[in-house]
Amino acid sequence: MAPAIDIRDLHVIRGGRPVLHGIDVAVEPGQVTGLLGPSGCGKTTLMRSIVGVQIVRSGTVRVLGSDAGSPSLRPRVGYVTQAPSTYADLSVRENLRYFAAIEGADGERVDSVLDAVDLTSLADRVVRMLSDGQRARVSLATALLGEPDVLVLDEPTVGLDPVLRRDLWQMFRELASSGATLLVSSHVMDEASECDMLILMREGRIVAVEEPDALRSRTGETDLGQAFLKLIEEPA
Amino acid sequence: MSARATFATARRVLWQIRRDPRTVALLIGVPSGMMFLLKLVLEDREATFQFIGIPLLGLFPLISMFLVTSITMLRERSTGTLERLMTMPISKLDVLAGYGLAFGLLAVLQGAVVSAVGFGLLGLDANHPILVVIGLAVANALLGMSLGLSLSALARTEFQAVQFMPAIIFPQLLLCGLLVERSQMSPVLEAISNVLPMTYAYDALDRVATSPELGSEVTTDVVVVIGVTLVALALGALTLRRRTL
Ligand SMILES: Nc1ncnc2c1ncn2[C@@H]1O[C@H](COP(=O)(O)OP(=O)(O)O)[C@@H](O)[C@H]1O
Ligand SMILES: [Mg+2]
Repeated sequence: MAPAIDIRDLHVIRGGRPVLHGIDVAVEPGQVTGLLGPSGCGKTTLMRSIVGVQIVRSGTVRVLGSDAGSPSLRPRVGYVTQAPSTYADLSVRENLRYFAAIEGADGERVDSVLDAVDLTSLADRVVRMLSDGQRARVSLATALLGEPDVLVLDEPTVGLDPVLRRDLWQMFRELASSGATLLVSSHVMDEASECDMLILMREGRIVAVEEPDALRSRTGETDLGQAFLKLIEEPA
Repeated sequence: MSARATFATARRVLWQIRRDPRTVALLIGVPSGMMFLLKLVLEDREATFQFIGIPLLGLFPLISMFLVTSITMLRERSTGTLERLMTMPISKLDVLAGYGLAFGLLAVLQGAVVSAVGFGLLGLDANHPILVVIGLAVANALLGMSLGLSLSALARTEFQAVQFMPAIIFPQLLLCGLLVERSQMSPVLEAISNVLPMTYAYDALDRVATSPELGSEVTTDVVVVIGVTLVALALGALTLRRRTL
């Protein structure tokens, strides 16, 4: 099957410095792919390139067979930024109703998305009054409204409690089994075992692309965090 | 463009403003308060009150919409909601038109209230239908909004955005003819005033206040105000980038 996301020789310069140095990677459809690496390694930059908001120096980024950021992709790709992007002065429901109108989703969809991220009881609360974790869920809910084929989630579970994290990861798995492609970044490794495939990054380069089990057996570590440390500490 | 996305954006901006009742009260109340104050200050000078009052009434919306829009837009940029919108199926024109619709409606409300106070209570008298004054006030509001939209791209913080008000608006107030007739200014200042949009906004209101006939000059004024509004909106659209560094 053709990859959902196909990146060839991607170079990105930010603030005058090269941040991505020739990334080549493909993301398979219908899977949860984890994008892991230390903070500052370029995960957000790579995700911005995939959703088409990053100015890139060279290389190609194709998503679902089209160039990243092309208008035909906008209804099909959902993006959750690392910092929750919501209207702080609107209620949860008002936020969702606005984005739903843009995505062409109806009120029922708003309700079901609210339920999926466990925000139904807070629907009429003004976002400013929410905790960081609750606000992150509003941001996530927004990206789910249009039932996108590709979901790009930048550290969606940071600051959430373990129960909620487990529920969200279960939701990610369900979305993937219903055919969506998910790319989820994290700088903590304990979520890696939830992924079908892992992309490990360091300093703007891909270190490894493999399944969690393959990574474990190759490094001889049962703990994925240890396995990753082993990989990034050996000379590139 | 899609009407759905435009209307949704207008509705969202109005929701945001409604969530902030104090701002609404200030937007609607301050112009009327200023008209009262002007009346008190010019107690014995009824003629002066007439020919300052009407232009001021019509220029208020320009100033307040400039401020409100530049802050709202700056927040849209700095909180990441603009970036999110740019990944969604909405065109830049929808965003801009939505803003225009929301602030235009607010300007109608603002203009209607201050006109009711000025013409109804304080004895302003315009020679011409009050609707003409409200119409000019709304056009000026949209001018202020579009200037605020495009200039907000230059501000990094809300402090900076607020300072654009004295930097952009005050010189225009001094030069537009409200304080000193433009023909009495030095040729250099007069030449500068010729290229400032508020000059035309003021001129139209001044004619409504003082001339018995609304000649072709008013039409020219309105065309200039609308023209500058459209140019500023186009510049604003250029500052809404889908891709950034
Ligand atoms: N807006 C920006 N301007 C300039 N440099 C940036 C900007 N954002 C990030 N960078 C730099 O790009 C590199 C990668 O950042 P980022 O993609 O955010 O990493 P990560 O998401 O993995 O933490 C870092 O060195 C960071 O300092
Ligand atoms: Mg990041």
